[in-house]
Amino acid sequence: MDLTELYQDLILDHGKKPRNFGKCNKFNHDAEGHNPLCGDNIHVYLSLDNEKKVKDISFEGSGCAISVASSSIMTEIVKGKSEKQARELLNAFFKMIKEGQEIKKVGLSEDEHIKFSSLAGVGRFPMRVKCATLSWHTLRAALDDEKKPINSEVID
Amino acid sequence: MNLKDIKNQFPIFKSNKNLVYFDTANSAQKPKQVIDALEDFYKNHYANIGRAVYGLAARATADFESTRETIKEFINGTEGEIVFTKNSTESLNLVAYCFGKFLKEGDEIILTEAEHHSNYVPWHFLRKKKVNIKFIPINEDGEVEVNKLTSLITNKTKIISVIHISNVTGLTTDLKKIISIAKAKKIPVCIDGTQAVAHTYVDLKELDCDFYAFSSHKIYGPTGVGILYMKNKWIEQFEPFIGGGGMIQNVDTKNITYASGVSKFEAGSLASAEVVALKQAVKFVKDIKIKNIISHEQSLASYALDKISKFNDIEFVGTPSNKGSVFSFNIKGVHAHDVSTVFDEDDIAVRAGHHCCQILHKKMKIGSSLRMSFGVYNNKQDIDAICESIKKCKKIFKL
Repeated sequence: MDLTELYQDLILDHGKKPRNFGKCNKFNHDAEGHNPLCGDNIHVYLSLDNEKKVKDISFEGSGCAISVASSSIMTEIVKGKSEKQARELLNAFFKMIKEGQEIKKVGLSEDEHIKFSSLAGVGRFPMRVKCATLSWHTLRAALDDEKKPINSEVID
Repeated sequence: MNLKDIKNQFPIFKSNKNLVYFDTANSAQKPKQVIDALEDFYKNHYANIGRAVYGLAARATADFESTRETIKEFINGTEGEIVFTKNSTESLNLVAYCFGKFLKEGDEIILTEAEHHSNYVPWHFLRKKKVNIKFIPINEDGEVEVNKLTSLITNKTKIISVIHISNVTGLTTDLKKIISIAKAKKIPVCIDGTQAVAHTYVDLKELDCDFYAFSSHKIYGPTGVGILYMKNKWIEQFEPFIGGGGMIQNVDTKNITYASGVSKFEAGSLASAEVVALKQAVKFVKDIKIKNIISHEQSLASYALDKISKFNDIEFVGTPSNKGSVFSFNIKGVHAHDVSTVFDEDDIAVRAGHHCCQILHKKMKIGSSLRMSFGVYNNKQDIDAICESIKKCKKIFKL
């Protein structure tokens, strides 16, 4: 696989100019994720409304291009989805990265599907898988209200 | 010995033809004579050491013990003061644990901000006893500010433990000054020499420190062996670190007396084949001669620093002057792990991250960095290769 496929424009753009960065207003769920070997840290904030819909989602943290882009893309895709859809998406993400499984659209728009799939190539760089999955693991922890920071080194 | 052809003595470069290895500070590759010694010991001479009385075991024990002699000569240590451990980390844990038994609430330990986690975490454990840890600061060039040591010492300072050569910046700590200040106050000094041995002169009689720790695998030897030099007075005063076979004198259901000398700290079966093969690693380094290694690594470092600093967007960790075998840098705007992935595509091995030195990285306001470290097998073509890869990186990340 060509490196320019891994570091495609979409990923570089999100890596340099992450969307939904900072603490979102009135968040009611949040979780921290760490990757101690890399030194990557992330904090995901989300606001679930009464109908269990992700009204708002954001993140803070630092890391490599893959990890920041993955976080940024995740927040864009998950915003507006139901909690159930968010959980389906994160499972689909892990399957895509770890098992190379092609993902169905699972209720994504064309644009969202392109963004989501842009990270598929990371699966071919085993040392970088945990960079891409950190934010999604942290999202799951936020939905589950886990108080203890998650450690992607242990999970992946 | 001709350093130009030395790469041929490392089988790893035959099975990995394009490998450019800049990660010796992490672990050195092994010359054929070390690998052969391991194989020879297992094939022809193996028995556990120090236990049985039959000839095979006796010869294996003698072979093992002769490495202790080789190490002693190599670092100009003293008879009976070389302990074998698992690695540098265990050596430093041994010192912190055993010395820690003497400490009480309010006592103070002095380290530096440049320490590898292996010379901080073991001391941190003593904070449970309300022991305080102070740090000699590093300046923005990454140098340990030894002139600030005196002001940190109080009548509660019990030990000073410092790194010899930084595994991130490659800078050498002024040990002579530290030891002379400590001696005047009768404070023992422990040195983490993990990055120094096989890269610079190490003469323990001249240094006259209390403890000196290093690892076999970083000096072209096998994994699983650490070395701890400790002065006899500490060998006598310290309680054992771990218990088991080999470290006892007499055992009954009520009482146990411990072995004297270094055996007290060598419980259980040791990595005997590895210790035997370590002798070949020391021989390898001695045959090349430290002075040739220093000049080889310094000329590589200055060539590399010269070429790499010509790129725009390069940030070094600390000032890249007076360096030997190690230095670290970043390409501005690209995370070290992303750069490392690009290097990896070109078969270039560097370490990316905080190199187990989070205090130093935080002090220098850097999350992570790329570390280049040299061994005897590196050459200028390796450096030309990494420069080509930096160009590629700049293209991919549109710099």
